[in-house]
Amino acid sequence: MLEVSGLKMYHVIRKGLFGGKMYVKAVDGVDLSLDRGEAVAIVGESGSGKTTLGKTILRIYEPLDGKIVFDGRDVTHLKGKKLKEYRREVGFVQQDPYGALPPFMTVKQILEEPLKIHKLGTKEERYERICRALEEVKLTPVEDFLHKYPHMLSGGQQQRVVIARSIITDPKLVIADEPVSMLDASVRVEVLRLLESIQHRRNIGIIYITHDLSTTKYFSDRINIMYAGKILEGGPSREVIANPLHPYTRYLINALPDPDAKNRFVKRDVPPGEPPSLINPPAGCRFHPRCPFAIKGLCDSKEPGYTYVDEHHFVRCWLYGKDVE
Amino acid sequence: MLLEVEDLYLYYKTMKGVLRAVDGVSFGLEKGEALALIGESGCGKSSLARAILRLLPRNVYKYEGVIKLNGDNIMEYDDEKFRREVRWVKISYVPQEAMNALNPVIKVGEQIAEPLIIHKGMNKKEALERAAKMLELVNIPSDFLDRYPFELSGGMRQRVAIAMALVADPDVVIMDEPTSALDVLTQANIMNRIKEIRERTDITIIYITHDISVSSEIADKVAVMYAGEIVELNDAETFFAEPKHPYSKLLLYSVPTLRVDREPIYIKGAPPSLIDPPRGCRFKERCPYRFEKCDEPPPKVSVDGGFARCWLLEKG
Repeated sequence: MLEVSGLKMYHVIRKGLFGGKMYVKAVDGVDLSLDRGEAVAIVGESGSGKTTLGKTILRIYEPLDGKIVFDGRDVTHLKGKKLKEYRREVGFVQQDPYGALPPFMTVKQILEEPLKIHKLGTKEERYERICRALEEVKLTPVEDFLHKYPHMLSGGQQQRVVIARSIITDPKLVIADEPVSMLDASVRVEVLRLLESIQHRRNIGIIYITHDLSTTKYFSDRINIMYAGKILEGGPSREVIANPLHPYTRYLINALPDPDAKNRFVKRDVPPGEPPSLINPPAGCRFHPRCPFAIKGLCDSKEPGYTYVDEHHFVRCWLYGKDVE
Repeated sequence: MLLEVEDLYLYYKTMKGVLRAVDGVSFGLEKGEALALIGESGCGKSSLARAILRLLPRNVYKYEGVIKLNGDNIMEYDDEKFRREVRWVKISYVPQEAMNALNPVIKVGEQIAEPLIIHKGMNKKEALERAAKMLELVNIPSDFLDRYPFELSGGMRQRVAIAMALVADPDVVIMDEPTSALDVLTQANIMNRIKEIRERTDITIIYITHDISVSSEIADKVAVMYAGEIVELNDAETFFAEPKHPYSKLLLYSVPTLRVDREPIYIKGAPPSLIDPPRGCRFKERCPYRFEKCDEPPPKVSVDGGFARCWLLEKG
């Protein structure tokens, strides 16, 4: 349903008054695909470009290069009415639910707005739809919530209003950018279960953008590991977590504890340094300056292609052989 | 016992009534022990930290109990004595989002050295030398003393905040969610530093977090807080193998685990308001094992060296 290839999105910054333009290469050649009804996770640290990737697919940003094909249509450079139509088919869930909800609008007004913008239904039909969406996100009895303002709701309830808004126009795809990172740990699972049930019931695709690898194991079908604007590894979630290949993925998994009293006696293997600047990212493999296995004259100059270790699991790392590109 | 807290209360006066943030909390810690204080937000974890440090807002309604440090009841100290002799010198603090709490216009080194000049009467040169040692302890090159906070990454600033808390060589340091805003690798790095500090010193740590996985990176003991009360306290081995209180069990099973396959569950509902908490067991509204007795205050039952407050555990 969604096919992204070679996607590039640079943010322009100016250096000084007379200096030339500089670019933050937030998304730098990303390939991604997603079927209807599938949940695909993008996992990365802050500054890896994962949010920009989500917003570019949503076409809040216009890509610099590459292609986004949605449902057989090229949406890469859509404008005006066509773009509006595309946006109706793609929902968005932001990270900070309180920031995402206008404080002076009631839940009903918030949910009605997208329907008005897209001129969907009569007044009665719209009301029906709003009630159904609220039921779907389990904000029931609906009457209790319709006339509340965002500040009267808990963080979990606010995020459910954001989710209800994202599905109110019956999209085929929802992009959820860190949908639970602002919520309490115990509420996270609840909200993710809700997204999962919506995904299955409506058979929609979900792009789940997160820094939390452990939730992707249970709430996504496939994961993509993103680092400094590129995807380094991808495949079925449980397979990638059980058999990580890229040194970066291995570090990530190693750094994440499971609850265990023995943890306090072991130190975790952490790579030196910090993620690179995206203004002037390293040549070759983006991870090579921090990688203990980096091969001189190869990793620091040539970008690794895709190596498939089985039908679905790929890695972009010179340790796993040849450039397939 | 290095630190003994007995029947500590901290209530706030609010527009809607009296809010019981810390409601009769007791625990003890030996020198060098680390206690993880876990629970959902709004259960009084940070208020407990503030009660121990006597960092109180203006609307305090009730603040009483016993806090013994090395046998001395520091609750009896007046504010001036507490400020001079306890806070930061004996009990220090890494607040939530400490990395954003650094003064932006003062060099990192001077900020770390300040408590030494104020509390320990050191001259500036001595204090800066000691500050440099502290930076090395948290794995930051000592030439960073001359930098301003904005020149450091988030993880480094967080480590600076930890260095600040340790510089006066306190007996106890209370860390409130010190890694929750950081990336996975940065967090692991900081946990490594804290583990190293524990190997090299006999500092006692109270570590507040809602992340149960992270709590197991440090805890010798685990205390679970719910609605202003500690509902379970046990050593880490017992707790992570088999927590006793239903709330602790549900908390542990809500963690998505990477290595073990176990579908994470969630706890329905939210913690009760602390203004008018339910009578009897405060968790009963959300508890799958609730029965008639839960309307009465649950007994404190000793189990495996620790305790849990739950009618299910009552013997006989």
